[in-house]
Amino acid sequence: MSSVTDSAPPAAAIPPADAPKRMLHFHVLRHDPQDPVSIPHFEVFELEEAPGMTLFIALNEIREQLDPSLAFDFVCRAGICGSCGMVVNGRPGLACRTLTQDLPAEISLAPLPAFELIADLSVNTGKWMRGMSERLETWVHSLGQEADLSRLEERMDPELADRIYELDRCIECGCCVAACGTARMREDFVGAVGLNKIARFALDPRDQRTDQDFYELVGNDDGVFGCMTLLGCHDVCPKQLPLQTQIAFLRRKMVKAGL
Amino acid sequence: MDFLQSATGLALGLFMWVHMFFVATILLGKDAMWTVARMFEGYFIFGRPVYGLVSALVATIATLFVVHAALALRKFPANYRQYRTYRDHMKEMKHEDTTLWYWQVVTGFALFFLASVHLYIMLTRPDRIGPFESADRVWSDLMWPLYLVLLFAVEFHGGVGLYRLALKWGWFEGDGRDAAGTRRKLRIFKWALTGFFLVLGLLTLAAYMKIGSDHAPFYGQHYVPAAPSPRG
Repeated sequence: MSSVTDSAPPAAAIPPADAPKRMLHFHVLRHDPQDPVSIPHFEVFELEEAPGMTLFIALNEIREQLDPSLAFDFVCRAGICGSCGMVVNGRPGLACRTLTQDLPAEISLAPLPAFELIADLSVNTGKWMRGMSERLETWVHSLGQEADLSRLEERMDPELADRIYELDRCIECGCCVAACGTARMREDFVGAVGLNKIARFALDPRDQRTDQDFYELVGNDDGVFGCMTLLGCHDVCPKQLPLQTQIAFLRRKMVKAGL
Repeated sequence: MDFLQSATGLALGLFMWVHMFFVATILLGKDAMWTVARMFEGYFIFGRPVYGLVSALVATIATLFVVHAALALRKFPANYRQYRTYRDHMKEMKHEDTTLWYWQVVTGFALFFLASVHLYIMLTRPDRIGPFESADRVWSDLMWPLYLVLLFAVEFHGGVGLYRLALKWGWFEGDGRDAAGTRRKLRIFKWALTGFFLVLGLLTLAAYMKIGSDHAPFYGQHYVPAAPSPRG
């Protein structure tokens, strides 16, 4: 199992106290689709860099000190909730896990594409994820079994449980969708997040769906056969999920199911 | 369809590497190339060239090419909006595999035309393959500009395609614990192979151009080896 990275952002190397502090310029894409006179534009905010500063901290400072109307999302501040996904200098990432010291002084921030824009850096990933989840039926299907909340769960091999947990670490931040050229071109493509979900349920012995059932869901060009292996998803995933391996695994499985 | 696209791509990619080695035998000498050309015509089995064998091989490759192109079309941007979206995304992301796909599409599109011309000529004139015959085609028939562009398009498209196939189906990944390492090695291997085949291809093309230029006054004349050795 690869390393789990649910914890706080990586520890920053703290510069000496007398080190000159950088002035950071945040070029933030501003737009409110609800406002008929709003025109998308970049607004620049200047901020002095602080040790260990993340984009999440910087955005809060901007909102507190410079512009209270700046819209962006956050909940956990620790890379668990997946709310603060945005495009940072062209690449999707989580604001709370991106240290400013790893970025140049000029930082561009834009909302994640492929999702409905709420305002500024805030997008409705929940709507997209719910649609994907309903479409791919991303829950355990216990066919023909009556719901019995008092029944003990069947034992599972710990190694298998680890493999399932590894894929279950997905936080649905939407970075993989925003980084995917296929998803950007074709809005019906389920994205790595959807394919990872199917790979996860295909592993789970509690889910009684067959490979043929999964084939019906993702055995097409909107599913695993639409993936062009650009691997932007794998490279930007803030949870370092093994998407490259999982999509290849699912592709092989679906070819067999389709024969 | 994805499997078939991959299978035809794999067959074509591997064929192109083998093809390049056969064509490059000109670098070993005219007799070496003559021997290879006659081998494909069954000269050493039947005692005479059977051009139909070459045409049949070309027809097989052309079929694979058409099937591969037809299947690959579904991955192309379907309209200008999709094209612009991808271009903008690629420029923003600055991500090598995303950029490589764009160039794979561009070279694939070029191959629709360039490879078709070459395949048609090979299909209809299999008798015009040989040290002088091919050199005449390259130089006197002015095919070298097409072959030059075709060489770059094929080597880039095929190299990236085979690299992507390996990632797509998880080849060489083992237990998947070091997928990133496998990908890094595959990428280095891919660029090394592309570089090797481009150098080999350019040297080969230059050789045909030189022979074609020298042979221009005798255009159409067949090459006769120093000591042909047909069976019987």
